[in-house]
Amino acid sequence: MNTDLEEDWDLVLEPKTNLFDLKLKEIWKYRDLLMLLVRRDIVSFYKQTILGPLWFFIQPIFTTIIFVYIFGNLAGISTDGLPSPLFYMVGITAWNYFAECLNKTSTVFRDNAHIFGKVYFPRIVMPISIVISNLMRFGIQVLLVIVVYLYYRLTGVDLSIDFHILLFPLFVILMAMQGLGFGMLVSAMTTKYRDLIFLLTFGIQLLMYATTVIYPLSSLTGKMYFWVSLNPMTYVLEGIRRAVLGSGVFDLYTLSYAAGSSIVILFFGLFVFNKVEKSFVDTI
Amino acid sequence: MSIAIKVENLSKAYQIGEFSTGTISQDLERWWAKTRGKEDPFLKLGEENIRSEKGEGNIVWSLKNLNFEFNKGDVVGIIGKNGAGKSTLLKVLSQVTSPTTGKIKIKGRIASLLEVGTGFHPELTGRENIFLNGAILGMQKHEIKRQLDEIINFSGVERYIDTPVKRYSSGMYVRLAFAVAAHLESEILIVDEVLAVGDAEFQKKAIGKMQNIAHNTGRTVLFVSHNLAAVQQLCNLGLILKNGQVDMFGNVSLAIDRYVNSSNDLIHLIERNDEMVGNHFQLVFLCDSSNSRKNEFSHDEELYVMIRIVLPDYNEYLELSLRLDDRNKLPVFTIHEPLSAFERIGNCIEFKIKIPANFMAPGSYSWDICINHPNFKVYDLMEDILQTTIIDTGSKFAIYNGQNYGTVFAPYSVETV
Repeated sequence: MNTDLEEDWDLVLEPKTNLFDLKLKEIWKYRDLLMLLVRRDIVSFYKQTILGPLWFFIQPIFTTIIFVYIFGNLAGISTDGLPSPLFYMVGITAWNYFAECLNKTSTVFRDNAHIFGKVYFPRIVMPISIVISNLMRFGIQVLLVIVVYLYYRLTGVDLSIDFHILLFPLFVILMAMQGLGFGMLVSAMTTKYRDLIFLLTFGIQLLMYATTVIYPLSSLTGKMYFWVSLNPMTYVLEGIRRAVLGSGVFDLYTLSYAAGSSIVILFFGLFVFNKVEKSFVDTI
Repeated sequence: MSIAIKVENLSKAYQIGEFSTGTISQDLERWWAKTRGKEDPFLKLGEENIRSEKGEGNIVWSLKNLNFEFNKGDVVGIIGKNGAGKSTLLKVLSQVTSPTTGKIKIKGRIASLLEVGTGFHPELTGRENIFLNGAILGMQKHEIKRQLDEIINFSGVERYIDTPVKRYSSGMYVRLAFAVAAHLESEILIVDEVLAVGDAEFQKKAIGKMQNIAHNTGRTVLFVSHNLAAVQQLCNLGLILKNGQVDMFGNVSLAIDRYVNSSNDLIHLIERNDEMVGNHFQLVFLCDSSNSRKNEFSHDEELYVMIRIVLPDYNEYLELSLRLDDRNKLPVFTIHEPLSAFERIGNCIEFKIKIPANFMAPGSYSWDICINHPNFKVYDLMEDILQTTIIDTGSKFAIYNGQNYGTVFAPYSVETV
């Protein structure tokens, strides 16, 4: 065998690979697949339904109505002086995006075991497609928020929007990173230990109460304030409210805490995911 | 010739048995060994993967120390019994799972077809699924677009192409799926038993397409199948796997011969005691002209099938049927003889059937034998017995060793005109 040919290989399969490799080049190669998977998720969601994409609106509307009644009217929880429907709707829409990303990503190995067992493509394409297709859904739901926002604006409620609105896309990206990171972590671990799936279903619900979805961070004091603000999602939600509604805890510290924790979560998830993806077919 | 795939010391271990709470403690132990730079304590227990034998550890080596090279343009048939490691090898080659040790080096784009229709979504239309499935198999959108008409045409489901595939018949589904797969444009193609889809007409089309890919496009193809006839037709090289190791790698006909001969499931001698009731074979074996039992004959030697039959339920319509099968289990010829022609001693008849010399071509064969009352009842039937090997001891064909030149020497003559 010619030694000078050795360098020419297009692909070398080995037991060990770089675990922090994002494989951007490979993902780019499979970009068509990524877009087709996103399309599949969205199209198959409303095929053979009468209301079609309208279903994307129905869930946040009903949840908002229930939250307004229970937390606003019955429990009387503060909404930072904002109209409670608007306050809840922003929180729910954002939280749902995170929760959906986490939920769907966390079962990615199980749901796709059949495909993964038969064909190779960079496994990370699947979770990324989930995050993107949920982003489309999120985008549609944001339209609803805009409608509700305009309604209050026109009825004379004082809602100030300033330059903070420019941070909105950044916070959405941070949410996506956290959902993806946590999801990959859980998905990787569930390939061997199924226990986590049971934990996750009610864990996400509990986590919502530990995040500032139904109450503003400013309504907390002392120890509670400290613990809730440790939650990496808290400052993200606060930041989104600040960007969109003009109220919420936001400064350079909260921004860097949110960004820093998102990066750590994403890379930790990626590390575990890469470790598992090579041979999960043997254990699932 | 340039090398397309090079496999070096490839091994793959699997853990068998249940995964339970034991796994977490084993994982910790493994991790502890690794951080101290020691070998994985559980891999040491590894042993050969022999399914039927009981083993000590719960780790088996599905593949062990494989070394081989495929050149560009080789069409390799991978054969072996169930559990020999064929599918594992394909899985490792197609990156579905990673090797435990060793390396695989690949030159060129590789695409694998371990199944047709992977990732088909029932709610999407045929056309949408062509794109999705193509992309999953590694095609780019523009490649699929360019070949779309051809794919639809090949599948023969044009009328339904904009209908969700959940409304397809299962035949239409696999036709469409195979059509996508058949139009993959990679330099290396890995195929696992996917030809057994659709009806007879489509299977013929599928094999034709595969032959075209294998022979006319200069691509490297790895093909796994239990259908030895298909392997023979498609491939020029054969790789025999046995218990996770390479048993032989070389010319496909020689490989198939060796594989068939090594499977010792075939019975060489039928010998039954008197406890059986009804008409049955009591003794069947092969022998040469001096009545000595054997299973290997040279091509220029006469072959005899010695048969003793017990007939408690004799009637004049009974027949003996005897069929010779080649190694692909395709019939070579059939003999029918009325049993009334033989002289009965008690209720027993004994005779031998002579197959002339220079008739059966070198290769591996087996026999099916049967006592029956035609169109009425089968009394005794034995299939795939009396493994027979014909060895070339200097025929005209000897120089074509390894080529498939059929199963019989034709009794032809050459005349001047």
